[in-house]
Amino acid sequence: MAETVRLVINGVEVTMPAGSMVSAAIMKTGTSVFRRSVTGEPRGPLCGMGLCFECRVTIDGEAHCRSCQTVCHDGMDVRTDE
Amino acid sequence: MTAPVYDVVVIGGGIVGAACAAECSAEGLRVAIVEAKMIGGGATAAGMGHLVVMDDSEAQFALTRYSQLLWEDVREELPGEVEYDACGTIWVAADEEEMGEVERKQRFYSERGVAVEVLDARALAEAEPNLRAGLVGGLRVAGDSVIYPPCAAQFFVDRALQRGAALFVGKAVQEITLDGVRLRDGSVISAGVIVNAAGSWSPSLTAGVDVKKRKGHLVITDRYPQFLRHQLVELGYLKSAHSLTADSVAFNIQPRRTGQLLIGSSRQYEVNDTTVETGILSRMLSRAIEYLPGLGKLSSLRAWTGFRAATPDKLPLIGPAVAQPRLYLATGHEGLGITTSLGTAKLLVDQIVNRTPKIDVAPYLPSRVPAHG
Repeated sequence: MAETVRLVINGVEVTMPAGSMVSAAIMKTGTSVFRRSVTGEPRGPLCGMGLCFECRVTIDGEAHCRSCQTVCHDGMDVRTDE
Repeated sequence: MTAPVYDVVVIGGGIVGAACAAECSAEGLRVAIVEAKMIGGGATAAGMGHLVVMDDSEAQFALTRYSQLLWEDVREELPGEVEYDACGTIWVAADEEEMGEVERKQRFYSERGVAVEVLDARALAEAEPNLRAGLVGGLRVAGDSVIYPPCAAQFFVDRALQRGAALFVGKAVQEITLDGVRLRDGSVISAGVIVNAAGSWSPSLTAGVDVKKRKGHLVITDRYPQFLRHQLVELGYLKSAHSLTADSVAFNIQPRRTGQLLIGSSRQYEVNDTTVETGILSRMLSRAIEYLPGLGKLSSLRAWTGFRAATPDKLPLIGPAVAQPRLYLATGHEGLGITTSLGTAKLLVDQIVNRTPKIDVAPYLPSRVPAHG
């Protein structure tokens, strides 16, 4: 297992320690708006344990993935605030 | 005996009762609406809101088509939360036999002035790229649409209220009397005409009404805009939905204006509790995933159930009750009550004021079926 993984968040390459959660990688980029509510309000991680669904992002084209429950892997494409 | 306070008391604040109340009040009648729980909270909240023209029988076509045109008339006045979406329907054919059904439907609708388009396998794939490969084709009915039924019911109740109707919410009817209704709290609402629009609960108030509960499940997903464009219904639906005894599931899915997907459908008889049942729910979802493989990766938010008001001949009961001439029925709409609510309201009022309806009411008259004890 590699020591680090490299993924792309909103087009920007990010290097993370292997085993990191996607939510941590997103925060490392300085992004706080993970998604928008139905009425357009900004949303980001609240519970950090998969229950609140506020940290959802699009991972490899799949919408509504919980970033706090998804481990980063090499080449992953993450998009926030869609 | 004193004069009744109301001309009409409508029992049931589902979409059928709401539409009937709005239509009666538009006629200048003094209307009371009695709803035991909440407006649009029964079968109305468990319907997909698919405004669909159907071809199961001439009578079913006549009522759905008449109603669909009434929806088109009112469409501009519907508030945003009704989420009217002219997405159209595609009836999906999985094999050559079902493609034969597409052609039969194409002739049926075309002969009656409904615009339809036959899709071959390629056109179907272009119209709905998330459908699995290997389907044979389909029939697109562009004039069909989708609404959010509970808000539509509220809209019609509000219209009735603006025209002076009275609303009694949270008041259950204990019994229908000769001159009105008696509520469970003991109070009485007197009316010249009583309308039983209580859906699958209507037989508990009027003995002999041959309406049975037919349970259905629905699932709503998270928002996935672009996943789906039309309401899709499998043509196998015709086989499964018409069985009067066995439990059945069918692929029936619609895109909501929010980007969510509303997934149906299941049909169960002799089940009277509202529990979400994992067995039939998983059959229903498996069926949907057979058609839309990508659906399996999407997140659902909620599953719930409701009861269709089913009649033996699959047509609603609209008109005077057999036993009591001042009692009218507007019930038994099975899975088509959202569509046919508006036609029902017109046919009901026409009968109350003794006017010739725009379509023949004979197939929907309660007197057509033998009354049971």
